[in-house]
Amino acid sequence: MLSSTADHLFWMARYTERAENTARMLDVHLQSSLLAGGRSDAQRSQAARALLTISELEPAFTEKYDAFTSEKVLRFMVADASNGSSIYSALYAARENARAVRGAITTELWETMNITWLELQERLANDDWCMDMPAFFTWVKHRAHLTRGVMAGTMPRNDAYRFVALGTALERADNVARLLDVKFFEGTGAEVKDWDAKGEYYHWAAILRSVSGFEIYRKTYRDTITPARVAELLILRADMPRSLLAAMNALCNHLQNIANKRSTNTIRMAGLLQAQIKFADIDDVLEQGVHAYLTEFLARINDIGQGISQDFLAA
Amino acid sequence: MVFYDEMYGMDAAQVQDKRQPLPHYGDYQRWAQGYSPQAMASKRAQADAAFRQVGITFAVYGDDAGTERLIPFDLIPRIIPSQEWTVLQKGLIQRVQALNMFMHDVYHDQRIIKAGVVPAEQIYLNAQYRPQMQGVNVAGNNYCHIAGVDIVRAGQGEFYVLEDNLRVPSGVSYMLEDRKMMMRLFPEAFSTLPIAPIEHYPDMLLETLRDSAPAGVDEPNVVVLTPGMYNSAYFEHAFLAQQMGVELVEGKDLFVDDGLVYMRTTQGPQRVDVIYRRIDDDFLDPLVFKADSTLGVPGLMSAYRAGRVTLANAVGTGIADDKSTYPFIPEVIKFYLGEDPILNNVPTYQCRKASDLSYVLANLKDLVVKEVHGAGGYGMLVGPASTTKQIEDFRARILAKPEGYIAQPTLALSTCPTYVESGIAPRHIDLRPYVLCGKETKLVPGGLCRVALEDGSLVVNSSQGGGTKDTWVLEAPSAIQNQSQSQTQGAQ
Repeated sequence: MLSSTADHLFWMARYTERAENTARMLDVHLQSSLLAGGRSDAQRSQAARALLTISELEPAFTEKYDAFTSEKVLRFMVADASNGSSIYSALYAARENARAVRGAITTELWETMNITWLELQERLANDDWCMDMPAFFTWVKHRAHLTRGVMAGTMPRNDAYRFVALGTALERADNVARLLDVKFFEGTGAEVKDWDAKGEYYHWAAILRSVSGFEIYRKTYRDTITPARVAELLILRADMPRSLLAAMNALCNHLQNIANKRSTNTIRMAGLLQAQIKFADIDDVLEQGVHAYLTEFLARINDIGQGISQDFLAA
Repeated sequence: MVFYDEMYGMDAAQVQDKRQPLPHYGDYQRWAQGYSPQAMASKRAQADAAFRQVGITFAVYGDDAGTERLIPFDLIPRIIPSQEWTVLQKGLIQRVQALNMFMHDVYHDQRIIKAGVVPAEQIYLNAQYRPQMQGVNVAGNNYCHIAGVDIVRAGQGEFYVLEDNLRVPSGVSYMLEDRKMMMRLFPEAFSTLPIAPIEHYPDMLLETLRDSAPAGVDEPNVVVLTPGMYNSAYFEHAFLAQQMGVELVEGKDLFVDDGLVYMRTTQGPQRVDVIYRRIDDDFLDPLVFKADSTLGVPGLMSAYRAGRVTLANAVGTGIADDKSTYPFIPEVIKFYLGEDPILNNVPTYQCRKASDLSYVLANLKDLVVKEVHGAGGYGMLVGPASTTKQIEDFRARILAKPEGYIAQPTLALSTCPTYVESGIAPRHIDLRPYVLCGKETKLVPGGLCRVALEDGSLVVNSSQGGGTKDTWVLEAPSAIQNQSQSQTQGAQ
């Protein structure tokens, strides 16, 4: 297929996934802040700020806004067109990429993405989304579910499908790592192993829920919620659909199927990272420090993304 | 001025309360009366929502970049009876065949110039003449693979050809989407009325393009070349590529190596044989035409001139659809085919001629004046609808460059009942059928019907606020019988 078409498909999938994960991340934040009755203003502002730091958006935010309030950060991350990572921008970019290749995707997929975009504009008009934010985040999530469902249900299993799947997997690996890191980053310095379950239970539960992992956690561990086990579930468990390992498995699988003469090194990088996660032990991860571990993971995912661009998508 | 109404056959203003439509609108009217005004209003809302959802939009030049608008769609079809269509079809095929022979001649032996039918300066001094094409052989001697010929009907119901669009005629996607929409909103109309199908257009287009591959290529790789997603007709480019199942490419997706054209794919270069290009000559190849164009492909013209790739339409077709060439076309048809033209030209005054110029200047308030290279309804004067100041401004423009303008009498374009805010009212329309030339010259029964939505307006272009209607060509009773017979046989 055309390199430029593959490029649009890849980014269409990435932006779709990004919009969903941003909604999930903001939802966690919202839930946590609702439960934070005892927190000081400084702590609240610190939590809101962590969202930006982890997405590398702090400089862009401070250019426009004067304080790290929850309300301002949410507005920046949802509806601000000048923020390239806002839900608005991600869904816009997803739809523009789809429009660029609307002849190469199925009509049903195009219409699904177009309707998402049209409805988003309605929901953002007059700040309707602020009236019921959880409902708005749920809507974003459901549209992403629907989009993936239409991809799975209508696209032929050809290279177009594989580049879409590749984009989804890569973006998910990146986003889940960041989501997890918000919490570990916020608590940098605190010893994860000696953690006090009581106060922080709700925040970890919120993280699990945000990746649809709460019930899976319960069924998998049949035990209380500890950060170490949350980290294990979201990093190392192949049966957890939004874990880093699951994303890496999907990524390597699709990468194999589109291999070309130039892609040897990218496939090697991806395979190595996959193997290292697959055979890792959670104690080793904790030893290294979860934040440090995730930081390295994000750097390597970024390299793989650049490799894919150079090998397949560069015109 | 008296206008012919497609539904009533006389000026709609003269139709009294007892409305008796022409026979070919009879079945339609009986059927449409089954809908209350409220039901029709809800159908209109449904159509708007569906067009927006499907994303059938176009960009308007001069608006904010990326603004997308819907082309207004009208629910009342233009209906053409089979006997009228038969004449139109014959006339269109005749005209396009002659135009093809004319272009081949212009770029080869130039018999028509030697015979004194078309003056040499009309060709050589025309900005649309492409010297790069002189002596170049194109596959099948076919220059105009897709022609969009604008047909209008005047006061007494007579047909005229208003324009031959032989470069990159657009709008066919609206013809197809309008039909799809009508079938979705009113399925029962199509099961009761003998409406000729047009949905096979993309199939015919693909066949035409495959037929036009360079000699020796059995399994041609066909692509659609678009200027990109911010072009006003991008929806159509993507739509046609998807309907034909071929790649939609931009200039940057293609490159020329060792005289052959390739596209960049994830698995390396792949040969391209036929390019249905939706960009103008000037932007095709920066090495030959506009050097600063980033829409084209460097080296494309050398591959094309060597016959290694087909461009549809050919380069240089503007010489035949230019408004200054238009007055010669009836003679062109007689010269090559030895036949009288079936479809008439509108009488045209050429401002480059002193006698025509003085007539035009004296009668500006009654004439339509057009730039010879204009398109899309930009840069024209509709005398009767213009203010004195507009007319005087135009007079100055004509005087500064007489050869840049032609003028025609203001045609009493026919009307068709159309939904407007106050109810149903007659509005002016035209018709653009799409003629395809591959191994044979053919067209689907129908075309894009454009409608000027403003009361009294004669400008139907979508860029000027025009809308569209579905066009129903009714099949002759015998044709319907034959069809149902062959279907019965097929079922056995």
